[in-house]
Amino acid sequence: MVTGFYHRMSISQKLAMWAWIFLIPAVLFYSIIRFYPTFNSFWISLTDWDLLSEANFIGFENYARMLQDPVFWKVFGNTFAYLFLGTPISLVIAFVVAYYLDQVRFMHGFIRALYFIPFLTTAVAMAWVWRWFYQPVPIGVFNNVLSALGMEAQPFLRSTTQALPAILAPAIWAGLGFQIVIFMAGIRAIPDSYYEAARIDGAGKWQILREITIPLLRPTIVFLVVISSIGFLRIFDQVFNMTPQGDGGPLNSTKPLVLYIYETGFDVFDMGYAAAQTVVLFLILLVITLLQLRLLRAT
Amino acid sequence: MTVQATPVDAYESGARIGLFRGNKPIRPGRIVMWTLLLMGGIAMVMPFIFMISTSLKYPWEIYDLRLIPNEPTLENYIFVLADGRFFRWFLNSLLIATLTTVSVVFFDSLVGYVLCKFDFRGRWLVFIAILSTLMIPTEMLVIPWYLMSQSFGWLDTYWGIMFPGIMTGFGTFLMKQFFESVPDDFIHAARIDGLNEFQIWWQVAMPLVTPALSALAIFVFLGNWTAFLWPLIVTTDTDLYTIPVGLASFSVEAQVQWELIMTGASLATIPTLVVFLVFQRYIIRGVVLTGLKG
Repeated sequence: MVTGFYHRMSISQKLAMWAWIFLIPAVLFYSIIRFYPTFNSFWISLTDWDLLSEANFIGFENYARMLQDPVFWKVFGNTFAYLFLGTPISLVIAFVVAYYLDQVRFMHGFIRALYFIPFLTTAVAMAWVWRWFYQPVPIGVFNNVLSALGMEAQPFLRSTTQALPAILAPAIWAGLGFQIVIFMAGIRAIPDSYYEAARIDGAGKWQILREITIPLLRPTIVFLVVISSIGFLRIFDQVFNMTPQGDGGPLNSTKPLVLYIYETGFDVFDMGYAAAQTVVLFLILLVITLLQLRLLRAT
Repeated sequence: MTVQATPVDAYESGARIGLFRGNKPIRPGRIVMWTLLLMGGIAMVMPFIFMISTSLKYPWEIYDLRLIPNEPTLENYIFVLADGRFFRWFLNSLLIATLTTVSVVFFDSLVGYVLCKFDFRGRWLVFIAILSTLMIPTEMLVIPWYLMSQSFGWLDTYWGIMFPGIMTGFGTFLMKQFFESVPDDFIHAARIDGLNEFQIWWQVAMPLVTPALSALAIFVFLGNWTAFLWPLIVTTDTDLYTIPVGLASFSVEAQVQWELIMTGASLATIPTLVVFLVFQRYIIRGVVLTGLKG
């Protein structure tokens, strides 16, 4: 009977049926593991839930609390410090390397591999290597080099001002290889005829770079700005593994939003407040994504 | 499709003669540039060299920054591997990353194919819904996932670590775009030949998008191999730790015994380096391919 029913269907009906059969696992997955938790997060952010007692609806109290929480503002500032230092520094370095490496043939693959390797490694492992580099004098590599050069030892991770850039460095380092490879692909996609035409018109190297290469790389640049911004806004592994108690210290000077979410949710079990923080993170990332779409449409 | 594939091809091809692109003459300036690039590249891998070198040193030698130890030793490795924890974590990571990759490659390409090649009511709704999940950061979902795992008994299980990643919106979107390059005629011809819809996807369409599949597989595997936040939250039993979570707890425990920490870090890193050295071309190609598509 079932087969009879199947045979009576038109071809497009059959195809639609197959499509939905193939989509069943995906529909279940995205509803249960993506959409339901998203709405659940919004809901939890409006409660005082702490895992132990019943959740009570408290409206926007968690958000109001955030506005008055000095730690939250510190964390908010740190998160943007990672973004506003990390994105421009890494993109400039990556572009300079890609621009010159693109012109090199001799051992091109080998040099590219050297720059690319850090991208493939586990952030946790590398965080510990860098943490060791930053140790005080008898142990740490950087301080040993400084003292060999007759310079003053630096506190690095123990200083409230140096710790954040010190933690940012391995994050930038790990992402460079990816950015370089993408930049080089973008540079090579620019047709040679553009350069030839510019040269015939008597344009110099700088002029070609400013007026041809960079404007034509705009989609690549927008893509990399967004990808790396999202990465720096979500920084967690390095901070968790490089600060002494994994607490974003000293004195919260390196704590990013994701670490604060982790602590609020899984150390203190203040789930309502943690969920409200995740909603803020979501809104920040949403604004960045929408900006990307706008910038890309403008091209 | 062809327009977007161009950068990769352009990057892979090109005249392979001369030391510099376009067979430019060798000038002092270019040699300086090349040397600086090489030095920068060496600086990029210095952390690995220090890491491996220290893992081969006795504790009293680690203050000495010479890269080649006076008395190289494997004692740190023997010590770290002795209690079997690292083997266990290694196998956990391998199992989780492999199963997740298989699942993602299977489902993302199936869903991508359906959204690309089937015409049915609701297609756009499904596509937009999946695409919109790209905007939701993992961090926003970990609390509900944790509660879900708690009520279903998924805490401290492999499934608990894996379930959030068994399909990805990014991969689905990527595969949908790549299936655009499969001509509809092939599919019609296969249908006339009597293949069923599943066979058409698996036997006709899939072989035509293998570069995209391998790129996706590399990305997913790497992402799961290095994932930290969610495995850290969902596991408390050391037997279920993945390599990153295990390494973090091991390093805290080892305190100031940096030679042991560097040994653990080396054990976590060396396998991915070996894989990279073997598959270098494919990996970089895959990064370019997915990067430009994403």
